Amino acid sequence: MPEYNWPEAEKRSRIGNRKTRLDGPVKVTGKAEYTYDVKLYGMLYAKMLTCPHAHAKIVSIDISQAEAMEGVKAIRMIQEPGAEIQWADDEIVAVAAETEDIARDALKAIKVEYEVLDHFVDDENKDAAPVVNPAQEEVTGDPDAAFANAAFVSEGFYGARVIAHACLESHGDVAVWDDDEHLTVFASTQAVSSLPGQFADGLGIPAANVRVICQHVGGGFGSKFSADRWGIECARLAKIAGRPVKLMLERDAEIHVAGGRPSSYAKIKTAADKDGNIVGWASESWGTGGPAGTGSPPVPYVWQIPNRRHQHSSIPTNIGPSRAWRAPNHPQACFLTMSALEDLAAKVGMDPLDFVLKNIALTGTRSQNYADELKIGADLIGWKHHWHPRGQAGDGPVKRGLGLALHTWGGRGHQSNCELVIHADSSVEIKLGSQDLGTGTRTVIALVVADTFGLTADDITVRIGDSRYPASGASGGSTTVGGVSSAARRASLVALEQLLGRIAPELEAKPEDLEVINSTIRVKGDHSKSLSWKEATALLGVSTITATGQHPGPGRLDDSGVAGIQMADVSVDTETGVVSINKMVAVQDCGLIIDLMTAESQVHGALIMGIAYSLAEERVMDPVTGTLLNGDMEFYKLPGIGDVGELVVHMMTGPGYDERGVIGLGEPPVVSPGAAISNAVANAIGVRVPYLPLTPDRVLEALGKGGAA
Amino acid sequence: MSETIRLVVNGTERTVQTVEQRRLLDVLREDLQLTGTKYGCGEGQCGACLVLLDGKPTRTCILPVSAAVGKEITTIEGLAKGNELDPVQEAFLEEGAMQCGYCTSGMILSASALLKENPHPSDEEIVSAMNGHICRCNGYPKVVGAIRRAAEKGRS
Repeated sequence: MPEYNWPEAEKRSRIGNRKTRLDGPVKVTGKAEYTYDVKLYGMLYAKMLTCPHAHAKIVSIDISQAEAMEGVKAIRMIQEPGAEIQWADDEIVAVAAETEDIARDALKAIKVEYEVLDHFVDDENKDAAPVVNPAQEEVTGDPDAAFANAAFVSEGFYGARVIAHACLESHGDVAVWDDDEHLTVFASTQAVSSLPGQFADGLGIPAANVRVICQHVGGGFGSKFSADRWGIECARLAKIAGRPVKLMLERDAEIHVAGGRPSSYAKIKTAADKDGNIVGWASESWGTGGPAGTGSPPVPYVWQIPNRRHQHSSIPTNIGPSRAWRAPNHPQACFLTMSALEDLAAKVGMDPLDFVLKNIALTGTRSQNYADELKIGADLIGWKHHWHPRGQAGDGPVKRGLGLALHTWGGRGHQSNCELVIHADSSVEIKLGSQDLGTGTRTVIALVVADTFGLTADDITVRIGDSRYPASGASGGSTTVGGVSSAARRASLVALEQLLGRIAPELEAKPEDLEVINSTIRVKGDHSKSLSWKEATALLGVSTITATGQHPGPGRLDDSGVAGIQMADVSVDTETGVVSINKMVAVQDCGLIIDLMTAESQVHGALIMGIAYSLAEERVMDPVTGTLLNGDMEFYKLPGIGDVGELVVHMMTGPGYDERGVIGLGEPPVVSPGAAISNAVANAIGVRVPYLPLTPDRVLEALGKGGAA
Repeated sequence: MSETIRLVVNGTERTVQTVEQRRLLDVLREDLQLTGTKYGCGEGQCGACLVLLDGKPTRTCILPVSAAVGKEITTIEGLAKGNELDPVQEAFLEEGAMQCGYCTSGMILSASALLKENPHPSDEEIVSAMNGHICRCNGYPKVVGAIRRAAEKGRS
């Protein structure tokens, strides 16, 4: 059995380099096929009629006119009369027709009668909520005594509004029945291997009869783990019609029902002693993720403040349901915590960088990492040069400020299986039911195999995105790179051992005395005895070498738990309330980096997504009708290239990091931007803008210059 | 009423049977199978559906097909010369200026139009030309880097 570990730094030929992504060529030429692009012979188009009310009972549904329309091929009542609808835009009837236009016309011909019920969407207003579900209060130490004896106490209110996922490729599927019992689904998904079971459950057929395919996906961010009701209905329509059916959501539905991050509001009190040591925390939080409410953000976040009290209430509302949004609950918890602590630092009269470093031991096991990263970040943003005490940003109308935040995440590799084949013509293929969200899944798998075999990533054929391949976990929680790279490494090591065993006699050596380097297999210490990779594999004759790899498995290849810090440099126009990002710095560890290029890309992406939810993103609900007011990209604002400023990414690599093995990266860097930017704005204008996003009206209101809300 | 509409797409004359108010996006994707042009928002806000019309960046989700008659339409599929990538495509690839790739077709076409008009743009000019494109997952700095790189290729 081989020794399962990662190669030492000096022996890594591919791992840790910058590799041009394997999915790049099809993406720059428009050839990458996304679910939205799938077109099958005879395919029908499906649309769904949704409920216009935030809370209602269905009294009756009349589909007779729609059924009689030419071109309508299948209709499904998704919900029956008597059903209680809990949010606007919930799906009621699905129609499949020859064209999208016919399907839309058919929806207009369906008559649904509702009994409208009272709704509640004003989630910040806890006192008005019809239902409040309080959780048990959590107390550590003696917060009352800590506050009584504190030299400084800071109190504030903070709130992060509900946002959407807003994937550029909306959710949806194309379903085709091969026969009455066998289904193929093209899905825009983060979970190729888990979807067959979900479709099987929904449709009453064995999972073995369902094949799910997803080669490329236009964004997921945690919102695409499920077959979803529309996926099941798409398959049902296809069965009724006896033809393939495509059902993709349009932009309004995508924003309203296909993704939502719960809101989080809190009243927070913090305390410090006369030297600036943090001694106490008391918080009361609430929020909503739709009818199910939402769990407590983990506050105080990262900081293990010795005396603390926290109580959370979950508020069920009639807004659309939530889904896992990158690092669930962490961005909110980070915003609440780091904003409150920065306000405390201002009260103490300390530079927040000094304040955080002084208290860094409270961050626990990764405190040294945070301290190291803060020093690097401070250099990269010029903290000591640009920072000024809160509100002392000069006389002009445009005020500049700095802010910081820190975060953590787990990110252990998920369960993953793979099959690796070395062919006699020297080619290598690896198959697994994973998916590439554009995060570089294909590329990291190829790099791991190539590194083990002394080849290049382009020599490796990576087959993913099909549930017929060995099962691999969903891409969520920063677990994919750890899972797929560890499984691929194990399979490669097993395959290599087999290959060396086969060719050792040719080189008159023992297998353990052989090494692979630069497409060559040679005897260690006697390089005259060697075979090229091509010559070696040719010895396989008509056979192949096939090996499987699993994760978890023997040896230590992955780890969990990272530390990251971010700093923001902003300018605020105090006349218009507009916040501009001058620069963001992200310093992040993630263990052993397989591909530096896609790793940096993940952090860049997290920063722009962070800037988006800090400055612009918000699902605006109309309290009167209970419906979404900004279900389009004109009013659901997302930043463009001119809105993000300079983004600087520094990855912590090398000794102390690499030997931990692989840890994921999708979640951690998206956690801190809200807090870092909010703190920078407070530093610039001298007052806290309590909400995310930091829209101009809220900035002006905080400055006492009016504002809309 | 459905009628015969003649279009010039990527240098080839194509004929479609459709109504003239239909969006160019749907004609390209559904009738001509040119699916590199994407539906993102349906209202001209995100740039995923962008093509070049007589060399000008144009959003096809808000454009009736009739408006494209008599004009040269260039989609992402028409940018490379055979197997030889356009310098902008090459630069996006080398710089890693994408993740999910859904916005990439439109971005590359906008960048290519920019460089045709202004072969050596400043960063400010790049940002100004690209600001109408929404990317959710990669980070815009690499897009600026890619366009700079493509401009350098043009210089050499």
